[in-house]
Amino acid sequence: MSDILRAATAWELQSMLAPYVEKKVPVEIIGSGSKSRIGRPMQTAATLSTVSMHGIWMYEPTELVMSAHGGTPLAQIEAALASNNQMLAFEPTDLGPASGGPRGTQTIASVFACNSSGSRRVAIGAARDHLLGIEGVSGRGQLFNAGGRVMKNVTGYDLCRGIAGSWGTLAILTEVTFKVLPAPEKTATLVYHDLPDDIGVELMCAAMRLPYEVSGTVHLPKSVAGRLEHSSLADQCHAITALRIENFEKSVDYRAQAMREALKVYGDPTIVGSMNSLEFWGELRRLSVMPYDEATCLWRVSTAPMMGPKIVASIRRHMPAEVMYDWSGGLIWIEVPASADAGASDVRRAVAVHGGHATLIRADQSVRAAVEVFQPQSPLAERLMGGLKVVFDPMRMLNPGRMYANI
Amino acid sequence: MTLQMPQPDRETLNRSEDIIADLKRIAGEEAVIADEDGRRTFETDGLTAYRAMPLAVVLPDTTDLVAEVLRYCHREKIKVVARGAGTSLCGGALPLEDAVVVGVSRMNKVLEIDYDSRIARVESGITNLAISNAVSEEGFFYAPDPSSQLACTLAGNLAMNSGGAHCLKYGVTTNNVLGAKVVLMDGEILELGGPHLDAEGYDLLGLMIGSEGQFGIITEATVRILRAAEGARPMLLGFASSEAAGACVSAIIATGIIPVAIEFMDRPAIEVCESFAKAGYPMDAEALLIVEVEGSEEEINDRLTQISCIAAAYNPTTIQVSSGATQSAKIWKGRKSAFGAIGRISDYYCMDGTIPLSRLPEVLRGISEICAAHKLRVANIFHAGDGNLHPLILYDANDPTSAERAELAGAEILSLCVEVGGCLTGEHGVGIEKRDLMLKQFSETDLSLQMQIKSVFDPEWLLNPGKVFPLHLTVDAGTSNAA
Repeated sequence: MSDILRAATAWELQSMLAPYVEKKVPVEIIGSGSKSRIGRPMQTAATLSTVSMHGIWMYEPTELVMSAHGGTPLAQIEAALASNNQMLAFEPTDLGPASGGPRGTQTIASVFACNSSGSRRVAIGAARDHLLGIEGVSGRGQLFNAGGRVMKNVTGYDLCRGIAGSWGTLAILTEVTFKVLPAPEKTATLVYHDLPDDIGVELMCAAMRLPYEVSGTVHLPKSVAGRLEHSSLADQCHAITALRIENFEKSVDYRAQAMREALKVYGDPTIVGSMNSLEFWGELRRLSVMPYDEATCLWRVSTAPMMGPKIVASIRRHMPAEVMYDWSGGLIWIEVPASADAGASDVRRAVAVHGGHATLIRADQSVRAAVEVFQPQSPLAERLMGGLKVVFDPMRMLNPGRMYANI
Repeated sequence: MTLQMPQPDRETLNRSEDIIADLKRIAGEEAVIADEDGRRTFETDGLTAYRAMPLAVVLPDTTDLVAEVLRYCHREKIKVVARGAGTSLCGGALPLEDAVVVGVSRMNKVLEIDYDSRIARVESGITNLAISNAVSEEGFFYAPDPSSQLACTLAGNLAMNSGGAHCLKYGVTTNNVLGAKVVLMDGEILELGGPHLDAEGYDLLGLMIGSEGQFGIITEATVRILRAAEGARPMLLGFASSEAAGACVSAIIATGIIPVAIEFMDRPAIEVCESFAKAGYPMDAEALLIVEVEGSEEEINDRLTQISCIAAAYNPTTIQVSSGATQSAKIWKGRKSAFGAIGRISDYYCMDGTIPLSRLPEVLRGISEICAAHKLRVANIFHAGDGNLHPLILYDANDPTSAERAELAGAEILSLCVEVGGCLTGEHGVGIEKRDLMLKQFSETDLSLQMQIKSVFDPEWLLNPGKVFPLHLTVDAGTSNAA
């Protein structure tokens, strides 16, 4: 285990990084370390954490904008937002518990570094769509800024997007400025029962085609629904297809009825009220139905919504798989038995046929060393990504090899 | 006007006849425009004060042909300026005398519509509005809606990451695109994303969007299409002062309401737009807000009533809900034609800074003072929900001193936007217009990083050079921006 260095300021972080840059010895970059078990294993001499750089230093509720130091716990951010009836609309997923890390500790910088977006992504955009500005330290040890604090900004290239989702391989995020949104007054969930996967996905797509601003759609087959901690939904032991609507109270009531009518061919749904809805969707945010288990590996597949069941069927021809569909069928969490390659060749073949990308979220270190964890890129994209790595981190100081062997 | 462009390369100009002959051989006679009258159509864009006759114009009709043309230009070290409809307000599509303009306007087909995945795959020369028209029968639309949406192409929107009046709710271009086919300067074709969300690896697509045609030419894109709300209705709120209007916007957002659009006009803008559109704008107001909400009839009524109650605290001179579809169309026609309407009475120079909304009163005061000091009139129109200002500085193009004063006033206004925590451009792009102001917002380190990224995609700086970055800056590798 290497030492963990905790910088309290961007300046201190630069000083801590400098001797490693000087010696060209790479470092692991983490926040709280909740996602440390995701990605390819790395060879680093030290671990540099942003967790001591914390605090919200700008929050303007009427401008829908907040700025925080990179190591600020997400929980602190969400509590501050909640006190003003606001939220991070992309409801970041907590990958900690499912990947064998701690629950509820992730930092705001890590949310953007991993572009972590939950169920509302399908309606409102990903983490990176909400990132307005960054201050970061590159692998050269240079402090830089990109973006700003206003919602509309096309001044210069969009470096924020380039860095969101780069898993700490381009820069260390010391500050992030992001867009926030009002929390809905009321939430309701229409829960349909016992639909097979393909019909569940069809229902979710049909719901998204209605003008009622459905803000979350998940389908849990019976065996996975049975894992829910939420008692009233889990006890039923049925497959669940859940559709979320959010707005002011009268609107939610109206839309719930309008949807029930428009989608009646799929059965009569249970309509779950605000309190239970919040619990249910909150539980999904931490992937409670895909709990850590050494006997299984977990894949995250993003595809066109109607392709979801086809990818799952294709994988099931080779191995058993427990699945959960989010994003109207376009995001599938796939749990397969642990094996030397985590089923990578079959999963990737299914994705190649039907389109999309697959990431190995949970697997033993030896497996993550043996197979590609992130979706392999085309040679041209690989070359361009390598070029970007050179711009920010020419000596491969930051998280080298975590995403791909060459970056 | 005062902005300098890089000196054209003599050697390239001397070869122009050969180059034109080569382009005709590659792309076909009909796809190449080389005569003077033909090229003159392309000599400027929406920033009409600047003009340059391109060496030649090529209008390919396939991605492969774009790739062949670029491969040729790359081999021959000829600069390329990509062009959609040429509506850029910042000179983003301004040709260079030693460059070939590659226009995508002939590539305008809808290739695929998938309502289950809620995507449309289109060629990039399609106009913005044509995408919405192609899916409107099923009740869908493409959300980004720049005022020029009737004419502007998706390619231009992608290059500049365009916004529009309704992006308060629906986001700008980058938030609504999932995939693209891009031709790089060396002729290689890069496929990014697709009908799925959040492609992995570094977000090359996110970098490509808003790169002002300097990374590659996007020939196809997969865009998100959204189901339209059951209905939408705007209301007009008139106020005795800009401060009251600004405070009202903050109050609306503070209560947790995000209307689909909140547009602001000051008195000079109201007068011109009303005489053009006859939309029923209040003529006695110093500031006007157009606030639009969406939903069912009942939802709309509830929301508008709520907003009226909030506005009441700011002593509005007018609260008027649109009487129906006809007036709604007029209200939006007035707003979306604002630039054109003002153009009928005067030449104007359109600014595009964004500010934190809380600084609105002081910025509006600052804009008046700056324009008064330069003896110029100004009309203010902006997207109030997100603080994206469009001061229109009125000047006389026949009077060179007036035009120069307008540029100076514009630069001072944009500097003010940056000083209060905002940015130089919210949705129009940097182009040539704001190129020399970039150091007001970014350090040389910040810009150097950006320039090095350009070099990753286009190592020889052949694509749309002379824009975005001050000419005196150089990339570490020694490539000059002006090269």
